[in-house]
Amino acid sequence: MSEQKNWRYAFFLGCVIPNRYPMIERSIRDVFEELGAELLDMPGASCCPAPGVFRGFHIPTWFVIAARNIAIAEDLGVSPITGCNGCYGTLRDAWWDLEHDKEEKKQVNKLLAKVSKEYTGKFEPKHIMQALYLDMGKEYVRGFIKHKFKDLKVAVHYGCHIVKPSDKRPWNGEYENPTFLDEIVELTGATSIDYKEKFMCCGAGGAVRTAVKEVAADFTREKLVNMREAGADIIINCCPFCHLQLDLGQVEVNNFYKDIIGEPFHIPVIYITQLLGVAMGMDPSRLGLVKNHDLKGVSPFISIQPFLDIIKEQLI
Amino acid sequence: MSDNIEKYIKRKVFKSSSSRIAQKFVDVGLEKLRACINCGTCTASCPSGRRTAFRTRSALRRALSGDESVLSDIDIWLCSTCYYCYERCPRDIPVTDMIIKLRNIAVEEGYILDNHFTLASDIFYKTGHGVPANGENNKKWRDLRESYGLPALPPTVHSYPEAVKECQFLMDEVGFRALLDNARELKDKRMLAEEKKEKEGK
Repeated sequence: MSEQKNWRYAFFLGCVIPNRYPMIERSIRDVFEELGAELLDMPGASCCPAPGVFRGFHIPTWFVIAARNIAIAEDLGVSPITGCNGCYGTLRDAWWDLEHDKEEKKQVNKLLAKVSKEYTGKFEPKHIMQALYLDMGKEYVRGFIKHKFKDLKVAVHYGCHIVKPSDKRPWNGEYENPTFLDEIVELTGATSIDYKEKFMCCGAGGAVRTAVKEVAADFTREKLVNMREAGADIIINCCPFCHLQLDLGQVEVNNFYKDIIGEPFHIPVIYITQLLGVAMGMDPSRLGLVKNHDLKGVSPFISIQPFLDIIKEQLI
Repeated sequence: MSDNIEKYIKRKVFKSSSSRIAQKFVDVGLEKLRACINCGTCTASCPSGRRTAFRTRSALRRALSGDESVLSDIDIWLCSTCYYCYERCPRDIPVTDMIIKLRNIAVEEGYILDNHFTLASDIFYKTGHGVPANGENNKKWRDLRESYGLPALPPTVHSYPEAVKECQFLMDEVGFRALLDNARELKDKRMLAEEKKEKEGK
């Protein structure tokens, strides 16, 4: 944990957070402000580009667009920070690979020079979990907790790229059984429950959702069955694409696999800073937890009302 | 000689249909797979293989042997890049990265799914976002942003048209546009040839 209290990061939004789940953007911005961390906007940042799909199409394109995004943060003099595992995978892996491949770095900078940009690699790309758990530290965050849940069972979903590939991640090589997200969840008084295949992929990533939605949804079905069996009240995650897959995907599972799942699923999907912010005593409207019901066909697709009821019962 | 043995001797043995493709596999570094001992840990760790026909070890083995058909199989697009195979490989082969490289060759050869082509060409290349919020059809998402007190469009490429141009320029320079156009052309040609073959067959 750092003694420094003036954390500054360049907020890399990516695509799914700002354009499909803006309540996540709302909650990250406000929780970080509350914690005394400054998030700078990254003007003109693009898609990271996504590590399974666009990197799967053309690795050189992936490198140069990722380096351009990192260069925007470098101009601000700070690390880029993201709330998305996919963006984290791209920014972090591209940064890591470019730091270990001088030839590729030269190629990338040759291209970037044509648009008057330069990638140096001096700032490590971070995930918001890394800021909360490693930069600020659990004890610092604990100091902001005002209310604690008395009985809230949380199925924690890590996602993949936040921990893997582990040689390019800051978690000391731990990927089979990480605990950082559970620890932050339990600061709020909630219980992180064990469930089968807890660390399994949600199914959305790697171009799978775009390729065959039913396959992606089948991963999700397995996860949901296991979460329900363990008695989860809500799902907590730290990635908007997992978030989408567990939320919108829940509707798809209820549809595609209705014959084999028994009761349809309706487990609220909540992002980590939304949960944390509630325990920090922040107004739910600052956490994107108050939905405008006039808007149709938008996220969240699974009602979060059960979670709001629990907040009312246990925190107020 | 028994029938079975005769069949065995006369069976079609797959030979690399194109040494050009085999060379591509080597050039991108797939020869790293020679360290593979065929233990199958990658296949066994794969959450996709539990529900699809995708078999990690087998797909990579086929690539190494120069079997071009691995490129046209949808299987290589069903890897969710969860990286368990990469982590658990006892021979330290960066398995997931090998699959990504395989995909790169597939696209180069015109094997790209329609959904993926649209995503790359009509969405990512045009807007700079993989999931955009601009345009007529996405008004509800801009309204959603505003309902949470955020500006209708984020401070990304969406708010900086010159940044979209900059991304497109870089994608042109690095060969992405040409790659996609070539993939489209190859794909269309292949489809035409197949249709022709089907007609002639009838």
